[in-house]
Amino acid sequence: MSETASRTSPKGDEAIDRHLAREYEAGWVTDIESDTLPPGLDEDVVRFISAKKNEPEWMTEWRLEAYRHWLTMDHPNWAHVHYPKIDFNSISYFSAPRSQADGPKSLDEVDPELLRTYEKLGIPLHEQQMLAGVAVDAVFDSVSVATTFKSKLAEAGVIFCSISEALQEHPELVRQYIGSVVPYRDNYFAALNSAVFSDGSFVYIPKGVRCPMELSTYFRINAQNTGQFERTIIIAEEGSHVSYLEGCTAPQRDENQLHAAVVELVAHKDAKIKYSTVQNWYPGDSEGKGGIYNFVTKRGLCAGERSHISWTQVETGSAITWKYPSVILRGDDSVGEFYSVALARGRQQADTGTKMIHLGKNTKSTIISKGISAVKAENSYRGLVRIAPTADGARNFTQCDSLLIGDQCGAHTFPYIESRNPNATVEHEATTSKVSDDQLFLCRQRGLDPEKAVSMIVNGFCKEVFRELPMEFAVEAGKLLEISLEGAVG
Amino acid sequence: MLKIRNLHVAAEGEAILKGLDLEVAAGEVHAIMGPNGSGKSTLAAVMAGREGYEITEGSIEFLGEDLAGLEPEERAWRGLFLAFQYPVEIPGVTNLEFLRASVDAHRAYRGEEATSAVDFMKLARATSKQLRFDTDFLKRGVNEGFSGGEKKRNELLQMLLLQPKLALLDETDSGLDIDALQIVADGVNTLRSPERAIVMITHYQRLLDHIVPDKVHVLSGGRIVRSGGKELALELERKGYGWLEEAAA
Ligand SMILES: Nc1ncnc2c1ncn2[C@@H]1O[C@H](COP(=O)(O)OP(=O)(O)OP(=O)(O)O)[C@@H](O)[C@H]1O
Ligand SMILES: [Mg+2]
Repeated sequence: MSETASRTSPKGDEAIDRHLAREYEAGWVTDIESDTLPPGLDEDVVRFISAKKNEPEWMTEWRLEAYRHWLTMDHPNWAHVHYPKIDFNSISYFSAPRSQADGPKSLDEVDPELLRTYEKLGIPLHEQQMLAGVAVDAVFDSVSVATTFKSKLAEAGVIFCSISEALQEHPELVRQYIGSVVPYRDNYFAALNSAVFSDGSFVYIPKGVRCPMELSTYFRINAQNTGQFERTIIIAEEGSHVSYLEGCTAPQRDENQLHAAVVELVAHKDAKIKYSTVQNWYPGDSEGKGGIYNFVTKRGLCAGERSHISWTQVETGSAITWKYPSVILRGDDSVGEFYSVALARGRQQADTGTKMIHLGKNTKSTIISKGISAVKAENSYRGLVRIAPTADGARNFTQCDSLLIGDQCGAHTFPYIESRNPNATVEHEATTSKVSDDQLFLCRQRGLDPEKAVSMIVNGFCKEVFRELPMEFAVEAGKLLEISLEGAVG
Repeated sequence: MLKIRNLHVAAEGEAILKGLDLEVAAGEVHAIMGPNGSGKSTLAAVMAGREGYEITEGSIEFLGEDLAGLEPEERAWRGLFLAFQYPVEIPGVTNLEFLRASVDAHRAYRGEEATSAVDFMKLARATSKQLRFDTDFLKRGVNEGFSGGEKKRNELLQMLLLQPKLALLDETDSGLDIDALQIVADGVNTLRSPERAIVMITHYQRLLDHIVPDKVHVLSGGRIVRSGGKELALELERKGYGWLEEAAA
C-alpha cells in the first residue's frame, strides 16, 4: 500500500513501543490496567467502559441514554437474512487485548483454508500470524513509516487518531459531532454501539485542506483490537478533501461473532469525503461456523452547499452482512454516491444497499450496485431514494445489477422510491444475468481454467465499481474476488 | 494430426452425429460443408470439449492423444482452436486483457514466462492492424456491442495471437462483407504451414476461392457422405445437397 497512514495510537509513539512489547500490555487501554468484564450488559457495564477510558462525564451520560433507549427497542427482523437470535448477555463488552496465553499458539492451530488464502494474497508470515490471532512478538517494520505520515498530517493540521484519544485531546469536537448523523435512536444496533462502543477512528480535516495522503485503518498492527463495536467519525470542513480507506483484503478472524459498527461523516460546504471499504471478515468454515455477523450503520451528511460524499465498498466476507451506507443531501447542489460490490457465496447472506435522502435543491445522487451470488448464497439489495418537497431539481440514478453463478443461489432487489417533489428525476435500472455456459466455454476454449474464467467474468461485471477504488485497493479487490470465488464453479 | 473414427454424438438423448470419420494431416486445409442442422457445429463443439454432448461411440485423436479425457482448456493448450459461429459477449472484460490472459495461459502451459504489458500491447496492435481491425476494439469489452462482422474478425484476432496447430473455423465467413472476407482469408492463409492444419466449416464456395482447400467434405445426417477435392464445392454450388442426401439414404 503506497501513501497511507494509520490511525495514530494513544500517546503516539509510546503506543508503538508498547506494541513492540505487547506481552505485558497492549492496545488502547492507556492508563488503567486492563482486564476483562464477565459477559452481560447493564448500566454498570456501560459506566465501567466509560470509566476505563477516562471519558468526560457527558460521554458517560450519552452512553447511558443510548443504553436505556436500546432497552426499549426490539431486535429487528429482516426478511432476507436468517440467523439465530443473539443473546446479548452472553457477550463480554470489555475485554483486555489477548495475551500470549489466549488464541492459537501457532499457525498449526489455524483453519488451513484461511492460511491458504493468506498465501495466495501474498501476506508475509508474521502478518499472517497477526491476522489469524496468533500472539507474536511484533516485528513492526512500519514504525518509521508511521511517524513520517504522522508528521506530514500534523503539518497539514489534520487530526487522525482513535476516538479514545480524540475524547482526551479534542473532546469538544467529538461532543459536537458524535450522534449528529447517526443518533442512538436510529436503530437497534446503532443504539447498542452508542452505549458500548469500544474504539474507532476520528478524522478532522480543517478548512481548505486537501488531506496529503489517503488515510487507512488498515495499518496492520495498529488496527487490531478495535473490538466489535467500532465508532468512526470523519469531519471535512469547508473546501477540504479526504479519502479514507477502511478494511483489509485479508480475511480477518475474530472471536467476536457480532460486529456492530457506526460510521458518521460530515461534509461541510464544498468539502469532499471519499470513503472506501474492502471488507473481508471471516465467513466461517465450510459449514459457516465461526463466521462474523456484520451489522453496520454508515451515514454521511452533506451539510453544506456543493458538498460531496462518496461511498465505495467491496464486501466479500462475513457470514451475515447487513449494511446500508447512506447520504443525507442537505446542502443545495450536494452530491451523494454509492458504488458497491457485494459477493455472497457458500452459505453467506448479504443484505445491503443504500439510502439517499434528498433535502436540498439540485441535489444529485448516483447508486451503482453489483451483487454476485454463488453456490447457495442469498444476496439482497435494498435501496431507498427519498426526495423531500424542498428538493427542487433533485436527481437520482440507480443501477442495480445482479450476477448469478450456479442455479441454487438467489438475488433480490428491493428499490424504494419516495418522491414528494414533482421537479425531481429518479431513474432506476436493474438487470440480472448469469455467468453463462457460453461465456465459460469461450474462456476455456481460449485456455483459461474455469476459476480464472469466472473471476475474469465477475471482475468485468464489477468494473464500474472497481474504477472508483484507489488504484492499489482495486487490484487487491480483484484478487480478493478471484480467491473468494474459488470452488464456486466446476 | 486429427483422426476421428466412427464418431457418434448425442445431445439430450438425441443422436446428432452418427458414425463420422475424418482424417486431417498436418499442412492440410479441409472444408466441411453441409445442410443446416446436419451437425457441423456439433462436431466442432465436441472436438473443443463443450459440455452437454455425449460421445456414445468412436473417438477423436489429436496429435496422437485421445481427446476424451481432456478438459476444454487442456485441448486449447495443445493447440486446438475454435473460431465460434456465434461469439458471445463478456461485458466489462476488455478485449486486451482477455487476449493477454489467453496468450499467457498458453505460455504458462509451455513453461514460458507471462508477456509484459508493453510487449503484448505491441503484438496485439500489430495483429489488429494486419486484420485492419481498429485498435479501439482492444479497449472495448469482449465482443460487447460488436457487429456480426466485427465479432468474426475478433475471432481471427484471437486465432492469430494464439497460432494454433489446428484451427476450426465455424462459418467465420458468414456475415463478412466482401473486403472483410478478403482480409480474413489473408489472415487465415498466413497460418497455413506444414505444421498446422485448418478445418473450415462454410456454406459458401466464395470463401474457398480465397482459401483453397486440399479437401472438401459434405456432412449430412450426422455423417460425412462425400469427400473430394476443391471441385466438389463447385459441384455442390450447382447441384445443392439433395442428390447426396438421396444417395446416402
Ligand atoms: N446442445 C444441444 N441440445 C439439443 N440439440 C442440439 C444441441 N446442439 C445441437 N443440437 C441439434 O443438433 C442438430 C445439429 O446442430 P448443429 O448446430 O451442429 O448444425 P450445423 O450443421 O452447424 O447447422 P448450421 O449450418 O445451421 O450452422 C440440430 O438439429 C440442432 O438443433
Ligand atoms: Mg453451425
